[in-house]
Amino acid sequence: MQTRQALIDYTLHLADNALILGHRNSEWTGHGPILEQDIALSNIALDLIGQARLFYQYAALLINKTPAADPTSPLNHGTAVTEDSLAYLRDAWDFKNCLLCEQTNGDWGKTVLRQFYFSAYQFYLYGEMQKGKDATLAAIAEKALKEVTYHLRWSSEWVIRLGDGTAESHARMEKAVGELSRLTAELFLPAQYERSLAEAGLAVDLLPLRSRWEQRVREVFEMATLSGGAGMLTGGKEGRHTEHLGYLLAEMQFLQRAYPGCEW
Amino acid sequence: MNATTDKIWSLLEEVTDPEVPVLSVIDLGIVRDVKVVDKAVEVVITPTYSGCPAMDVIAMTIRMTLLQEGYGPVKVSTVLSPAWTTEWMTERGKEKLRAFGIAPPTPLQQVCHTQLFHRDEAIACPRCGSYHTRMISEFGSTACKALYRCEDCREPFDYFKCH
Ligand SMILES: [Zn+2]
Repeated sequence: MQTRQALIDYTLHLADNALILGHRNSEWTGHGPILEQDIALSNIALDLIGQARLFYQYAALLINKTPAADPTSPLNHGTAVTEDSLAYLRDAWDFKNCLLCEQTNGDWGKTVLRQFYFSAYQFYLYGEMQKGKDATLAAIAEKALKEVTYHLRWSSEWVIRLGDGTAESHARMEKAVGELSRLTAELFLPAQYERSLAEAGLAVDLLPLRSRWEQRVREVFEMATLSGGAGMLTGGKEGRHTEHLGYLLAEMQFLQRAYPGCEW
Repeated sequence: MNATTDKIWSLLEEVTDPEVPVLSVIDLGIVRDVKVVDKAVEVVITPTYSGCPAMDVIAMTIRMTLLQEGYGPVKVSTVLSPAWTTEWMTERGKEKLRAFGIAPPTPLQQVCHTQLFHRDEAIACPRCGSYHTRMISEFGSTACKALYRCEDCREPFDYFKCH
């Protein structure tokens, strides 16, 4: 029972990460610096939201099979939970995405750096998850890894292009590093549900991933002539978010909240 | 494989990808299995990309096509593993792509590595056949394509990228 709840939380965490970053990226659609890159980021958004759907579908399956533990839960209206209700009807404190994913887009430099940090994390995470003991999570990871490989290459190239670009682009990338690097530690700090599942081989053990991720960031930053940056802000995985998430959800969920069950 | 199963596979040849309408689901290599019990059919497909919006339409079209032919109930289920690869695309499908003006995937699996600023693959222009081409963007009009330009005939074209 406890393992079941942890698995639900973990799956939601994976889904929320992908959905929230995908939604952020989609805010660029129609606003990208040039058409090709607008399309590129929109494609990445689509991949991430697709991954989110697969995780939400699995979470819904797990939740619907679980006897109502908490009758007051907003997820427990006596109707079946769906991928849509999970995305559109939960509140900020129910979301378990990392703080990095919910940060505002800022300029193009901040957006590609956020994507690079996150894609590098997803690349190693999914690489391990596809060997994990949960067959569904492993299958989603195997599929998604191919997409993330493209995201990682694309975002790495942009970080280098801008970091090692003009004085202006370099300064903006340094500023973005200052804003975002303090949010990266959370990626590797396991939440309670990750710790309990990792012991059983159901979740990826994050600790060994960190050095591989740092190595990748170092290599790209070296080519990009960027300095590191450190620090630590956490809490997103446990539902403690920055103020940015509330605004994002207000926009993303508005229609389903105002017109419940609306379809078109 | 019995006669009914054969018939269903051939009906699936008519179901096309709404985003690349020259390709059938068979050409794409996304049909993994067809199971028949009397008139009940289950078609197992695998998505190309996690977020591919065409998948829902494809599943619906498969259902409609088979229902129209008198089969039913028809179930379309999805399997994720093993993950779809462009290696499952048929040779006929690749030929159709070329004729349609989209360069088909080359066998070189470039997606497998994360090497930066990778050497542009030698992709033949689907119009003039020249290998004197250049990648403009790794992400094209849909998730499965990249955007290229031919330096000889100067035409831009889509490349159905390796996956
Ligand atoms: Zn040409």
